[in-house]
Amino acid sequence: MAKIEIKNVRKEFGDFVAVRESSFTIEDGEFFMLLGPSGCGKTTTLRMIAGLELPTSGEIYLDGEEISQKPPSQRDIAFVFQMFALYPHLNVRKNLSYPLVSQGMPRAQVKSKVAEVAGILGIEDILNRPVGGLSGGDRQRVALGRAIVRDPKAFMMDEPLGALDAEFREHMAEELRALHDRMNATTVYVTHDQLEAMQMGDKIVVMNNAVVEQFGTPQEIYDKPATMFVADFIGSPSMNFLGFDGKVAEGAGAIELNGQTIGVPRQMQGAAGELVFGVRPEHIGFSDSGGYRGKVLATEYLGTTQIVTLDTPNGELKARLDSAQLATVGETVGLGFEASKVTLFDKASGQALRSELNHEVLAHG
Amino acid sequence: MSSFSVTEPSDRSKWFAGTLVIVYALITMMPLAWIMLTGFKSPSDAISYPPKVVFEPTLEGYVNLFTTRTRQTEEYLEANPPETWYEEIVREYDMVIAGPSKFGERFMNSVIIGFGSTFLSIVLGTLAAYAFSRFKIPLADDLLFFILSTRMMPPIAVAIPIFLMYRTLGLSDTHLGMILLYTAVNISLAVWLLKGFIDEIPREYEEAALIDGYTRFQAFYKVVLPQAATGIASTAIFCLIFAWNEYAFAVLLTSGTAQTAPPFIPTIIGVGGLDWPAVAAGATIFLLPVMVFTILLRKHLLRGITFGAVRK
Repeated sequence: MAKIEIKNVRKEFGDFVAVRESSFTIEDGEFFMLLGPSGCGKTTTLRMIAGLELPTSGEIYLDGEEISQKPPSQRDIAFVFQMFALYPHLNVRKNLSYPLVSQGMPRAQVKSKVAEVAGILGIEDILNRPVGGLSGGDRQRVALGRAIVRDPKAFMMDEPLGALDAEFREHMAEELRALHDRMNATTVYVTHDQLEAMQMGDKIVVMNNAVVEQFGTPQEIYDKPATMFVADFIGSPSMNFLGFDGKVAEGAGAIELNGQTIGVPRQMQGAAGELVFGVRPEHIGFSDSGGYRGKVLATEYLGTTQIVTLDTPNGELKARLDSAQLATVGETVGLGFEASKVTLFDKASGQALRSELNHEVLAHG
Repeated sequence: MSSFSVTEPSDRSKWFAGTLVIVYALITMMPLAWIMLTGFKSPSDAISYPPKVVFEPTLEGYVNLFTTRTRQTEEYLEANPPETWYEEIVREYDMVIAGPSKFGERFMNSVIIGFGSTFLSIVLGTLAAYAFSRFKIPLADDLLFFILSTRMMPPIAVAIPIFLMYRTLGLSDTHLGMILLYTAVNISLAVWLLKGFIDEIPREYEEAALIDGYTRFQAFYKVVLPQAATGIASTAIFCLIFAWNEYAFAVLLTSGTAQTAPPFIPTIIGVGGLDWPAVAAGATIFLLPVMVFTILLRKHLLRGITFGAVRK
């Protein structure tokens, strides 16, 4: 298995820049998520690691070896396609043995290897079936089997669950993660589904408009977003943004929002002008003593919790509250924010301001 | 009243469609059937009026097609009684068989030139179509238009320049010359048809093969070619039919060694009057290879025509 380093990789298609100078490191054995909206360059990045696209500039290291301009056959990387791309003219067994045959492996060895992989994935009974008639889940398993059968240095997966229906996706996601934990293989996984990324990933890279917005563990990305884009993209409902015109001094532990003093993590960077107060829905509570007030616009009951939409002087807000909390539409309530979990952003650049909460994350992101 | 379905045709429309197909088939097959029947008639039956549908079949036409015959004196005929059934047929006209005719040779020329140019068109066409489909080629659209533009006039319009060129190059009346000529005409059709088929094959299949350790060319012939089989088969039929039936260039550019069957068959007429049964026999035999080829690839051809109309 292997460590993958991406250094200043850039990809242009004619005038279009698909990926701007991007750098990140995928540690050995990591389940690594490339997350972003469609067209953000995540799939292009994945394809460059696999060798299906060659970067315009920059380097890609696989176990210390520079591979960015090598053909895919010389990289020893497996790829699982979104549409599976099983060879339609071959049956399941032949699909699985194809990568081994290309290496010139003796027939007996191919047979035992295919049997082993079929056992891992539980597809022994369909080995002689043509791939055309298989269900989505079985196709997915065969595609995975074709990837793991030759013990590659790393796996690339391009939205492998995207073609499955919602119910089955959940199940396959668990199966995939279990498979990864068992094989401990470096895996790079592209998805636009933030829940999938949070659920399965050891590390996440969030990309937008051809640039890497943030790179870190799911917890870091969720709790300490580096940009407003990340804060908005991750989480459902996403982070609340309250815009305000004001000033934050370096070392300050509070800001003034609509005349009320609101606590924030101790700031390590001063700023002035148009700023944004970012707070996750679950870090908002009703507080009778809260000077900052909002009017309840709507409530959504979700079982153990409820999402309450509020109108405040600085914009709309969604709070995730205990279902037991009484919220009546039309009522005006006092609000309290968990000061240590708040992030301030510069509105123009979208960048988070450094504070005690996030300075470690921002230093390497 | 039977139950009514929107998608399932009613019995009445099925019956109507069936009748229509049968009537159309009868109309198109009539000339073919007539040719085949005429091949088994005697010369007098062949030209009798009203035309005979019921007649005594004879292989005279086929014997005349494959042989050359000479008239002999009565003494010679008496001294040499006929030894085989085909000599007996010829004897009725006081003739003896002098040797084989050129039909076999001409027919082989047709086979060599027809299948040769089809093979070449398909090989070159598939490679070119693959390149157009998969690689970023500068001015690809203009090149494709240029390739198609060779079909924008009847090929025979350039017969005279080709005739002169072939004479200078020594390609007149050669197999190679005819194969090259038919390939040149067919290749634009092949590239366009095959590009459509290859466009329909998802790139992921090849990419999967590249990842699995194959080179681009291996991915092409191990993964793309089997997928394109349908398109290749139907394109091959179209190319073969053109090359097989081509008459004008064959008349103009061949006369001996490389002459194909189409210009040869009508020349049988000149031998001892209008020998219609022999002409019909030649036409029947000439039809067979394309018919067999088409029947063999029929399934592909049908799929080929509707290919890509519906997303799988």
